Amino acid sequence: MIYDASIFAIVLFIAFVIAVLGISKYFASKTKSSAGYYAAGGTIHWAVNGIAFAGDYLSAASFLGICGMIAFLGYDGFLYSIGYLAGWVVALFVVAEPLKKAGKYTFTDALDSRFNSKGIQLMAAISTLVVSICYLIPQMVGAGSLITPLLGMPHYVGVILVGGIVIFIVATAGMASTTYVQFIKGGLLILFSSILTVALFVNGYKLKPHDDYHKFITLSVTSENGVVTSVADGYSIASQNKDLGVVKLEKDGMQTWWQLQKEGKSVIETPSMVVLANGETLYNGAPKSERKFYQVGHMSKIIVDGKEVKETGSLGPFEFLSTITNSEVILFTKKVFKDGADNVTVWKHTPTSGERIMRPGLKFHLETDKIWDKIDFISLMLALFLGTSALPHILIRYYTVPSPKDARKSTIVAIASIGFFYVLTLFMGLGAMTHGVLDLGDSNMSAPLLAKFFGIFLFSCISAIAFATVLGTVSGLIVAASGAVAHDLISNFGGIKMTDAGQVKAGKISAIVVGIIAIILGILFKGMNVSFLVGLAFSVAASANLPAIMMVIFWKKTSAVGVAVSILVGMVTALVIILLSPDLYAQYGWDPATAPSPLGQPGIISIPLSFITLVVFSLLFPSKGSKPLA
Amino acid sequence: MAGHGPATDWGEDKASDYKERLGIYLFIVYCVVYAAFVALNTFTPKLMGMIVFSGLNLAVVYGMGLIILAIIMGIIYNNMCTKAEDQMNK
Repeated sequence: MIYDASIFAIVLFIAFVIAVLGISKYFASKTKSSAGYYAAGGTIHWAVNGIAFAGDYLSAASFLGICGMIAFLGYDGFLYSIGYLAGWVVALFVVAEPLKKAGKYTFTDALDSRFNSKGIQLMAAISTLVVSICYLIPQMVGAGSLITPLLGMPHYVGVILVGGIVIFIVATAGMASTTYVQFIKGGLLILFSSILTVALFVNGYKLKPHDDYHKFITLSVTSENGVVTSVADGYSIASQNKDLGVVKLEKDGMQTWWQLQKEGKSVIETPSMVVLANGETLYNGAPKSERKFYQVGHMSKIIVDGKEVKETGSLGPFEFLSTITNSEVILFTKKVFKDGADNVTVWKHTPTSGERIMRPGLKFHLETDKIWDKIDFISLMLALFLGTSALPHILIRYYTVPSPKDARKSTIVAIASIGFFYVLTLFMGLGAMTHGVLDLGDSNMSAPLLAKFFGIFLFSCISAIAFATVLGTVSGLIVAASGAVAHDLISNFGGIKMTDAGQVKAGKISAIVVGIIAIILGILFKGMNVSFLVGLAFSVAASANLPAIMMVIFWKKTSAVGVAVSILVGMVTALVIILLSPDLYAQYGWDPATAPSPLGQPGIISIPLSFITLVVFSLLFPSKGSKPLA
Repeated sequence: MAGHGPATDWGEDKASDYKERLGIYLFIVYCVVYAAFVALNTFTPKLMGMIVFSGLNLAVVYGMGLIILAIIMGIIYNNMCTKAEDQMNK
């Protein structure tokens, strides 16, 4: 809401789009067979595939979401990085080679390779579609959110633009063009994130992050028992919220919100957003056009070698982390309340020790005695650990390399590149927290805005890469979803015999239809929390797919009925728990305390339940003559 | 079979049992280290603030350590698998 479109960013974005369309057109002439369309002919080099894995996996949620979460809530955001990366260990040690050996185009192929079961074909295809759509929505919403501030276009234009480009990429050359788009995006993302991190080290920390940083005004007041009774400098009291310790002051016809300081003798200017009864929104007391909403994020104390300093100068990676651990940062805590007919959001100054920021608990309530908060956290970490190797759009990448050995090697390249990137997220998030760049209205913009701190060139590159991030991941998701529709549902489950060219055509039509659905959902879900939806996709994938994958690989008594029912039970249980969770009740506008499920994260129940279901139904309804894949 | 095979063909892999066992052992090792990390965060979050190395706290060192451990274990696994494939598939 507070930045201008950059011509250079627009030029870079257009150049990237032209390059992507060129790649797609180039590969279109080579993609005639179904193996070419769904699996790039199984000819991709393992190193290219490894970086493409990174391009596929490091979605908007990783780049924009995690950096933003760290910037606003510290270490807890980094826990997502750790969980997302740990999931690749399961993929490497357990899933990669057996899945490569058993599958052809989709992960349903691998699950079904022992059985030829209609039940598995149907359930695995539905699960692929559900997970892919859960994952697609946040990417499309993210595309719209990015394009609004950067190119000055409405949200829906961003969604349609990204959707249209991705449909072109996938419908022209399927997995071949998708692979190279993901390879380029993955490489650029890691390169420019590294540059941004090095720039942070060179810059170090400063009490005043930059020359234009907003100077917060402090006013003398008198107060009694937390209620402001008089104020200096010609301001008058318009209203106040004693419980939150904030007061609305008026001067020259403009109303702004202020925060009562601890000693009760002064108030400090506080960022606010007020939606008036007539629907108009005021930012710090003025309409958007007056541009009163400023970027924030600063340290209140910098401690080096036990002494307070104004700036640190250049720092090494360890010093960068240890300095913030010893210092104090002003976090801005969001509070929402009603003031008469107005809906008010204020961001209160919250001095927070670096020691508190750099350990868990600001997002996840781990220091309380509430057992459900702890179980919820364990459940999330379980879903992140087990979800990666069950995401259909990741699994299909194993079919693009020539052999199981290449599948293994490409996974290691993926782990190294993704792991390196996730280490950088901690530095970029903490950098955004302390360099006066945060847009309090949109945490997702933290990383691009941090890049802007270092100049318009880096900002433009990072912004173009952020678009590419969405393009790369959405392409992979649409390939997976179109494979589920055309290959699994129509060809295998429906039994409709098609020529090889017919299979390619069905895949392309499916990609167009799924792409259009993604565009519609991306517009409808505007404003929905993107990280939340990605978490949902991980939970459903881990619950529905992983038990089936593991047991098909390792347990000889696994039966077709067991696999099909376990996918259904895992998927439905995960979805029901999520839909009845306190988080979703809050999204519906209902009281979270009345939610039937105390859990927000279903994995701790739905994953074991899916395993148990598979075992019970496999023993009750055995399949004859099948053996484990491993 | 479901009427389809892999997208590409390759020969018999005599090292597959060895690689499977190795993968499971390494997976179990990583699982234990990861589970301990989650347990420490869940039940002793304040302990994670303890400075343990070069001014860095346990939360950062353990978290970064998990990422680096995954990379190192991946490289070791690949080297051992490649060696086994070269020896057994001669």
